[in-house]
Parts: sequence; structure tokens; C-alpha cells
Amino acid sequence: MNSAFFLVLRRMRAPIIVLIVIYAIAIFGLTLVPGVDAEGKASAPLSFFHAFYFISYTATTIGFGEIPVAFSDGQRLWVTICIYLTVVGWSYSVVTLIALLQDKGFQNTLITNRFARRVRQTRQDFYLICGCGETGGLIARSFDHIGQAFVVLEKDELRVEELDLLDFKTDTPALAADARLPDNLRLAGLCHAKCRGVLAVTNDDEANLAIAIAVRLLNPDIPVIARAEQKSVAANMASFGTDHIINPYERFADSLALAVAAPERFRLIELLTSLPETPLAEPHQPPHGHWILCGYGRFGHAVAERLRNTGIRLTIIDPAAGDADHDIIGDGTEASTLRQAGISEARGIVAGSNNDINNLSIAVTAHELNPELFVVARQNQAANNALFAAYGADFTVLPSRVIAQECIALLTAPLLARFLDRVQQLDEAQCRHLVERLQAACAGLTPVVWDNRLNAAEAPACWQALMHGRTIELGSLLADAADRQRRLPVVPLLVERGTDYLLLPADDFTLQAGDQLLFASPLAAQRELELTLRNANELDYVLTGNDHSGSLLGKLLAGRTA
Amino acid sequence: MNLEKVIFGFFILLAATLNFGFFIGDIGNPELHSVYELAAALVVSLIATALKFGDRTQIGAIHLSTSLVADLQLIAAAITWAIAEHVTGVGMTAHVTSSVVSLSGGALFANIVSVIILIVETVMLRR
Repeated sequence: MNSAFFLVLRRMRAPIIVLIVIYAIAIFGLTLVPGVDAEGKASAPLSFFHAFYFISYTATTIGFGEIPVAFSDGQRLWVTICIYLTVVGWSYSVVTLIALLQDKGFQNTLITNRFARRVRQTRQDFYLICGCGETGGLIARSFDHIGQAFVVLEKDELRVEELDLLDFKTDTPALAADARLPDNLRLAGLCHAKCRGVLAVTNDDEANLAIAIAVRLLNPDIPVIARAEQKSVAANMASFGTDHIINPYERFADSLALAVAAPERFRLIELLTSLPETPLAEPHQPPHGHWILCGYGRFGHAVAERLRNTGIRLTIIDPAAGDADHDIIGDGTEASTLRQAGISEARGIVAGSNNDINNLSIAVTAHELNPELFVVARQNQAANNALFAAYGADFTVLPSRVIAQECIALLTAPLLARFLDRVQQLDEAQCRHLVERLQAACAGLTPVVWDNRLNAAEAPACWQALMHGRTIELGSLLADAADRQRRLPVVPLLVERGTDYLLLPADDFTLQAGDQLLFASPLAAQRELELTLRNANELDYVLTGNDHSGSLLGKLLAGRTA
Repeated sequence: MNLEKVIFGFFILLAATLNFGFFIGDIGNPELHSVYELAAALVVSLIATALKFGDRTQIGAIHLSTSLVADLQLIAAAITWAIAEHVTGVGMTAHVTSSVVSLSGGALFANIVSVIILIVETVMLRR
């Protein structure tokens, strides 16, 4: 039995006892008060049976008018008392029950029970998202878009209610509870057989740390991706084997430095790791030379360290700065500080404080002083999207987006991490060529990056064909299953065979059973190619052009004519 | 001293004693078994049941189940009595009386178990 039922019983104890007592008093009284017969002579009182019957319809105020025999005045007096007594008793019960139903604690119990039941009954692989703020919300929307099931734990009740309004395609269990408590994690399916991973993306480093530890101890087999903005917390997480630790500032600083050093490779990585099927960002071409950095906190430190490595000369403006030579004290929003920092000959500026309005002010002021400037603006809150979009910085960094992108990329295609490791082998021209292919394939949207292993579970038809000794070239698989003259807009990125990796396999690459392939394509093309890999008839058509039904009769006829 | 415990023990014991009072005497003789005593036993038994609601412990569960058994037996006895007196009109013959009393005897057994659990619980408590 669930706890809600016990809670009701416990709270209803007093009213039930009051009702029983009132009934008992009323019935006992009726069996004692003498009655009157048709001739007006005193007669025996009502028996227990008649008394119980009479009180039952009187007490519930049904007022069923059947009286066994006309009452004596003594009985009438007692019944008058009984009526008031029983009405009070019933009202007390009903009021208590209604109060109980409206009780916050009781409703929480009901909601928690329902949530736990839904999680228990999940039959799909799912991810557990802890913290559904800006980051978690972005991840949830992307998961929903690609049809990945997930469960949400979020501390703030309002945000959970907002989730209901988001109109997800998938039916998402969400609970307002503190994810730091292991019991809540377990309730949300941490130890569920279908739980494939946990994302600790709350905006509180300590909470993420607690979640990561709980996952490591309670279900060590599943990966945990944790967000950490402080170095000490990240080191702590790494010490007990958190699978992926995402520091949005360092991640962004890395990409900014890469954009300066190798813009085409940066563009390629950006394309592959951005949220699937979103509009393409403008290509960024941050210049070398002299840069100004406003704000020297955690973000500023990460950016400064990496930009200096690319050979950029940096002047730092910060209200509390003053440890390096060309550092200037101030927040960078006034023209004088910016001039002092050498804005006229600077090539770029990073508005990186933790205040969105200041960042915009810095960006606008700097742009007025030097219109040629490359402006990088840090946006702290997704709510300020409209302002940042209206301003249109060359490069806007939104930490929640950085984290969401990384999570999605890591989870939807584990092979992508291997590919990104090997992107270093490509030169700028190859990167540019690949970017052009991707853009052509996906028509203005970012690609979905996905992987598929040619085994019995993920690609049964293709696996079977390969096991029968059929030779399949990669290029021949990529034909459209509706018209094999057309080619699906799919770009194969990487093949994993055993411990070997082949970057950008050519069309004549011969596949083997057990190969794992990494693709980038629009969502629709992914669905089509997956169908080809699963369905033997589709596969046969794609490879040979034979369009038969695949039924036993069809096969027999085909065998006779052949 | 805990007032709640006093009330709890009082009702459980009272349910058993009233039940015993009704049960005792020649099983077929209606004059030895007052219907008032049966009614009182039923009411007190119901109150004892309500007092046991909402306890999630193992002992609480057994307590509740013994009370439910007693209620069921006493309600069956009351219905048997009502049918004999009012529906069929045969009255309290030796046959009817003995079936009412034996039903209450079953309830008495459940009530005794309840009392034993209460005693065991108290003995286990070392405060």
C-alpha cells in the first residue's frame, strides 16, 4: 500500500472515531426511549435494528421519510438531539477530508507517488536530468526534438510547472525535489535498468558534486556528466571518476582560442557540437593582434589564459584588477577606460563580466569608439536573449548553451568525442571542405550527429547481409530508399573497427559486421538511413534496385523466374 | 505516561472485555446474552479499529488486521440477530442464539490476540 493511503487513514482517525461515538450514542438512546402505539399507549422502544436504520438515514441527512411507527414525544426529543449531533459529526469528517486533500504535504505525496510509478514503468532508455534551469531546459528541448526519453528532477516547483506548459512530444516525468538527496535520485530512476546516464546541470556546483558522487556510488555503471564552474569542484569530481566534467567558461575560452588559431576547424567543431536542427550561426573570424578583456573573474581568467597562448596581446580591465602590467581598474563601461586600454588600435574586445547590462554597455561603447572591433559578449541569462540578439555581437557566449551543446553531443553520439579528438589531423582546407559538405547536406540547419553499430540490435538487416558474406560499400548504403538514384544527405564522419579509427571514410569503403559508423545528417535522413539498415527489403532495394515484397510467395516466384 | 497509549490500551482491552461479557454463558440461552452488550462490543471494537489506522509498522499492521477480523465477526453476529428478530421473525431461538454467540466467540479470539500483541509490545518496550 502506498503512503498516501496511510496518510489519509492517520488523518481521518479522529473524525471516524467521533462519528462512531455519535452513532453509538444516538442508537443507544433510541433503544432506551419508550415509543407509542397506534392507540396512544406507551410501547416498547425501537430495537437496535430499527434504531440503526433510522439513524443511518437521518445522520447522513438523506431524510428518507419512512418511520417504522409514529414516534412518541420522548423519541422526538431524543431524535432532535441526534440530528444535530450527527450533522456535526459528518461535517467534521467531510471538512477534515477536504482539508486533507488540499494539504500541501498530502498533495506532494500523491505527486511523488505518481512520478515514481511513471518512472518505474518506463520501458524506454532514458536520461536523468538534474536541474532544469536554462541549461537543463535546453537539453530537455533537444532531447525531446530527437525523441530521446528523459526524467527531470528540479528543485524549483515553478520551473517544473513550466515544463508541463512546454508541450513536449514525449511524456516526461518531472518532480520538484532536491536532487542532492540520494532518495530523490533513486525515485527518479537512478537505479532503473533503463537509465543510461545522469546529467548534473544545476547552477550550484556543490549540488552537482553531490549528484555526481551519489551516481558513482549508487549506480557506478552509468555515465555522469557534471557541470562545474569552480576548478576545485571540477578536480574533486575528477578524483572519483566523473565521466565528463563541463566547465562552460573554459570550454568557451577553448573555442574562442581555437577560432583565433584555426577558424575553419573551429567552424567544423561548432557545427558538429551545436544543438541539433537549429539555425546555423554566422561564421566567426576573430582577428589576431591586440585585444581588450573586460571582467577578470572565472570567465576572464579562462579566456585570458587561452587567448595569450594564441599570441594575442591582452589588456585587462576589471574593477578589482591590477596584478599585471597593462591592467586597468574600472568596469570598461566608460569611454575613458576603454581609450586608456588602447581601444583605437585594438582588434577585439571581450565583454566578460557577470552582469549582462554592463556587458552590453561595454560592447556598445567599444563599438562606437572603434567600429572595426571584433566583439565577444558574454550573456549570463537566457532571459536577455532579445537584447543580445538586437545588439548582434560577433560572438555571444551563453554558458547554459555551451553546457547543453556539450551534453547533447556527448550523449547522442559517443563516437563524436573520438572524431573530435582526430579533427586535429585535418588541415584548414579539409575542414573547410567538410563544413561545406555539411552545410549543403543540412540546408541552413545544424546537423544531427549520430552513430550506428552494424550489429544485430542496431542494424539487423545490414548485419545479416554482411554475415552472409555480402560485400557492401558505404556509398551504396547512402541511397534514398524511395528513389535509389538520389543520395541521402548524409555525411559519414568516422568508422570504428576494433581499435582502429578511419576518419572520413570514402564511398568505396567496404563495411564489415561490427563496424561503428558516425554520421552527420538532417533528422529526416537519419530516420531513413536507420530504416535502410534495419529493414531487409529496403536494404535490398537500396543495394540492388530489386523492389519485391519480401513475402514467402514473392520470394518463391522470384526464385522461379530467376 | 502517554495519554495516547492509555486511550489505545483502554479501548483494546474494553473491546475484549465487552466481547467476553457477551460471549460468556450457555451458548443456546438468549436470556444470558444481552443485545446491548453485543452493540457495545461492536461500537468499541470499531473505535479500536479507527485508533489503529495509519500505523505503518509491522506490529501496527497485525493490530489492525486483528481488529478488522473482530469487527467482521461482530457485524456478522449483529446482522444474524437483526435477520432473526426482524426479517424472518423466528426470534431468538436456541439455534439463532448459538450462531450469534459463536460468531462473537470468533471475535473474542481476535480480540484476545489483539490484547496479547499489546502486552508483547509493552514488554518489548524497555522504557
